[in-house]
Amino acid sequence: MAELHVELVAADRRVWSGEASLVVARTTAGDIGIMPGHQPVLAVLKSGPVTIRTAGESGTGTVTAAVHGGFLSYTDGKLSLLAEIAELSDEIDVERAQRALEQARAEEDAEAERRADVRLRAVSVDR
Amino acid sequence: MGAQLRVYKRRIKSVTATKKITRAMEMIAASRIVKAQRKVAASAPYADELTRAVTAVAHGAGVKHPLTTEAERPRRAAVLLITSDRGLAGGYSANAIKAGEHLTSELVAQGKQVDAYIVGRKGVSYYGFRERPVRQSWTGFTDSPTYADAKAVAEPLIEAIQRDTDEGGVDELHIVFTEFISMMTQRPVETRMLPLTLERSAEESAETFQRGNQAQPLYEFEPSAERVLDELLPRYVESRIYNALLQAAASKHAATRRAMKSATDNAEDLIRSLTRLANAARQAEITQEITEIVGGASALADATAGSER
Repeated sequence: MAELHVELVAADRRVWSGEASLVVARTTAGDIGIMPGHQPVLAVLKSGPVTIRTAGESGTGTVTAAVHGGFLSYTDGKLSLLAEIAELSDEIDVERAQRALEQARAEEDAEAERRADVRLRAVSVDR
Repeated sequence: MGAQLRVYKRRIKSVTATKKITRAMEMIAASRIVKAQRKVAASAPYADELTRAVTAVAHGAGVKHPLTTEAERPRRAAVLLITSDRGLAGGYSANAIKAGEHLTSELVAQGKQVDAYIVGRKGVSYYGFRERPVRQSWTGFTDSPTYADAKAVAEPLIEAIQRDTDEGGVDELHIVFTEFISMMTQRPVETRMLPLTLERSAEESAETFQRGNQAQPLYEFEPSAERVLDELLPRYVESRIYNALLQAAASKHAATRRAMKSATDNAEDLIRSLTRLANAARQAEITQEITEIVGGASALADATAGSER
């Protein structure tokens, strides 16, 4: 089966790269699923979880990441996900995110609340 | 101990202390270069992918966007100058400022008004001393900039370029920073960031020619090409500024290391020559003491010899 090469990069580091059979991400126009052979696409991402179904060398499994804004571009079997901040779900400290969420709610900081919420959702998708 | 010798000893002691400090600073800077270089390398994938996406959209979509089209008669330009917060880095900040001055005078000669945006205390004080207007300045993060810092710097610049020129906006955005080429070489560079110059080298265009026009794939845009560009270009500016800040930080550390290395070497030379002088002074003192003793003894001998008679 054909495979996608996925690069998930944050502004300051490469978060994940490998082969995948399906990537589901949330764009401003709704969720988009990309499989090998998709038409070249460039989309604006919304903050939300990104699910990567890995294949090939990386083994079959699922990788979930929390992505805060960014872009998705796909051409010729190469998919790049660009985000200012991106974290894999197993890097996320659930307790800390929960605390951050509560604190953000208390301070009515919508931005921080959204960030913490995205993190928690990425974790819950994964587990 | 003679006065002369004491003065030399004291100076040797103080130079030794200075040498210890400069050597420590050299070592700290050397370790920071490695860290800064690693950060530059880590930011590269994002910058590369982003540049690729921007080029793809700008080439393929055929949309007109204020950030990619040149103003007919550009009248105002913003110049972002990146210097450091601290000195002790040789000519690092001075060179960056000089490059900035060069660019500014060039832009003025083209009949453009220049708005200065400055990063780093050195640049701020340079402009402050000459009482030149600065649109906005940032200090405090030049040693290890984060992406959030780059965002903070980029925000007013993006805002200015999107505003109309008549309402205080700008038509062009230039950036001056010190490029980190290697441990030994850093060079101040001035580049135009916006409007995008989709400059292509001769080789590249030859390649496209050979492959025909299918080189750029036809993208599907989600939600629309304009929206994608709207989102993409600010991120592009941020990432370019972030990269510039990181390179400038690495260059600053390299410049500090070099400056501190030559300071340490100079201190060593100074200590050597002062030791020579101190030795000579000590020898002169001993010689003088001997002469005095001999002179005193013979005077005494003469005196006793005289009284016996």
